[in-house]
Amino acid sequence: MKRLTERPKRDRRREGSPWTGLGAVVAKEMADHLTSARMFILELLILLTAVGTVYVAAQNLRDAGVEQFLFLQLFTTPQDPVPAFVGFLGFLVPLLAIALAFDSVNGEFNQRTISRVLAQPVYRDALLLGKFLAGLFTLMLVLTAIWLLIIGLGILVLGVPPSGEEVARGLTFLAATIAYGGVWMALAMVFSILFRQPATAALASIAAWLFFTVFWSMIAGLLAQTLRPIEIGLPQEWLAQAKLDLALGRISPNALYAEVILATLNPAVRSLGLVLPTQLHGAILGAPLPIDQSLALIWPHLTGLIAATILLFALGYVLFQRREIRA
Amino acid sequence: MSEIVLESQGLTKQYNGFAAVDKLDLTVRQGEVFGLLGPNGAGKTTTILMLLGLTEPTAGQVHVMGFDPVRQPLSVKARVGYLPEQLGFYEGMTARENLFYTARLNGLPREEARARIDAALGQVRLSGVADRRVATFSRGMRQRLGVADVLIKRPQLTIMDEPTQGLDPEAAREFLGIIRRLKSEGITILLCSHLLHQVQAVCDRVGLFHQGRMVLEGTVSELAQQVLGSGYRIRLEVEGLDGLEEPLQRLDGVLNVRRAAANVYELAAESDLRAKAARAVVEAGGSLLSLAVEEPSLDDVYTRYFQREEVQDEATN
Repeated sequence: MKRLTERPKRDRRREGSPWTGLGAVVAKEMADHLTSARMFILELLILLTAVGTVYVAAQNLRDAGVEQFLFLQLFTTPQDPVPAFVGFLGFLVPLLAIALAFDSVNGEFNQRTISRVLAQPVYRDALLLGKFLAGLFTLMLVLTAIWLLIIGLGILVLGVPPSGEEVARGLTFLAATIAYGGVWMALAMVFSILFRQPATAALASIAAWLFFTVFWSMIAGLLAQTLRPIEIGLPQEWLAQAKLDLALGRISPNALYAEVILATLNPAVRSLGLVLPTQLHGAILGAPLPIDQSLALIWPHLTGLIAATILLFALGYVLFQRREIRA
Repeated sequence: MSEIVLESQGLTKQYNGFAAVDKLDLTVRQGEVFGLLGPNGAGKTTTILMLLGLTEPTAGQVHVMGFDPVRQPLSVKARVGYLPEQLGFYEGMTARENLFYTARLNGLPREEARARIDAALGQVRLSGVADRRVATFSRGMRQRLGVADVLIKRPQLTIMDEPTQGLDPEAAREFLGIIRRLKSEGITILLCSHLLHQVQAVCDRVGLFHQGRMVLEGTVSELAQQVLGSGYRIRLEVEGLDGLEEPLQRLDGVLNVRRAAANVYELAAESDLRAKAARAVVEAGGSLLSLAVEEPSLDDVYTRYFQREEVQDEATN
């Protein structure tokens, strides 16, 4: 046993890996998610939505005799009064993501398990990242299962296998959906660190989601009109206003996700911004874009979604590290 | 002298300029049960959090088994068990599942974890309810499960924060039994409590905490000497005689005689005068029913100390 006098010079670095115990946290949290009644209800809801919308879309496609990208249209074809599956995903995914994270940290405080868990040889880093990863893996698992189910259903009803490009585009769509869910999960996690009450955190998350879904596009439009007013009516003024409107609108993850869906699932989409007639010179309208070109279109969007997730997680990380453990 | 398990020097924690813990020097040796006493808000929990590396000290040094909790928290936390005051479990999980999570966080392999969980549950006599959800557990059972949770990592030092608070007398007695058993297995225990008679029942040494400082430290009798002054208190129960004050007062070394009840006398003496007092009673023609030296109680020490503090505070104000 070392006495204080023999102590070596204090090393400024923390010992060991910050990820010690990460696996244990992920395993426990995932087990919680996968067995909880809350997740069961949401999964059931998404599953029913998927089966319903896709079945209707498949019937519709078979009758219409569409030739190209059948499988992509399974996701996007609405049949009055049923909207397309992607329309549902726009709000079901945030709901699922928020449900996975809104009580992740404050739940530990409320159950008073936090001091017991942190008295084990793990860092806070592992606890927070473990919780986030477990949520993300759960989200991936659920969405991938549903994606596979839809493809399977499509093969059954349409009677043809998906082409390579359809699979590639479908997978991109899946990845984008997970990234979109990640943003909302990271946000709900930040609120779960910020607010003591899980109900407050859930409401704050849903309020943020509603704000971006309903109000942000209006605010972006108003802001664009105020900041870039059309005074004389020049085309440049119109263009500047429309560009600002678009740029502001893209702050919302919903807008980013909607554009990603548009470009991946509809190969005929050539641009996600403003297109001037001169830029369309020589283009064959309605001709599908190759997948690498579609990917190039949505690359900034995907980067944006992932960056937002990382930023929100980093914010939560800082808040959590500074939090006093004593209740 | 046995090995030092825990040592702090000048340990200080300030919150917004207010010192919750002020220049604390604490030494706990291998195998002892050390009781940390003090009123609520005296800085006991803050001290514990610093010992575990869960809060960074503002100044001073701590060493727990030779490790610095600030820079080597994993080594410290792998060896120190902590039973928090606010003890919580995952309500939806069974006792065994809760312990399994702890075992996995400690990096134990599955088989080893299972063996240790069974052993720990047996030690706190919860084997029969191991597969019941914790939500159905009583407070006493939870507290025992907390001990099992600590035992999973086979700690050398266990820190318990108010472990018997809120337990019914039977559960508290049982819990003190568990503490004694842990001590007999060689585990050093740091017990924080303000339930004095319980601290006195299990602790080898105690430290009295007041406004972030350790104001008294030692065995209960040492503290009694410091606070209550030296001397013995002898209690006699006598039948068939009145007016014993005088013969008792005449004995050498008796400072004071008080008639506490109709047939109960209390002596304050410089030494253990039991034999002489007994003879005096018999010679005076009384029959002695009982005779005892009163152990100084921690309650008395505590009460007297804070009374003195109040008087001093008033004097300085």
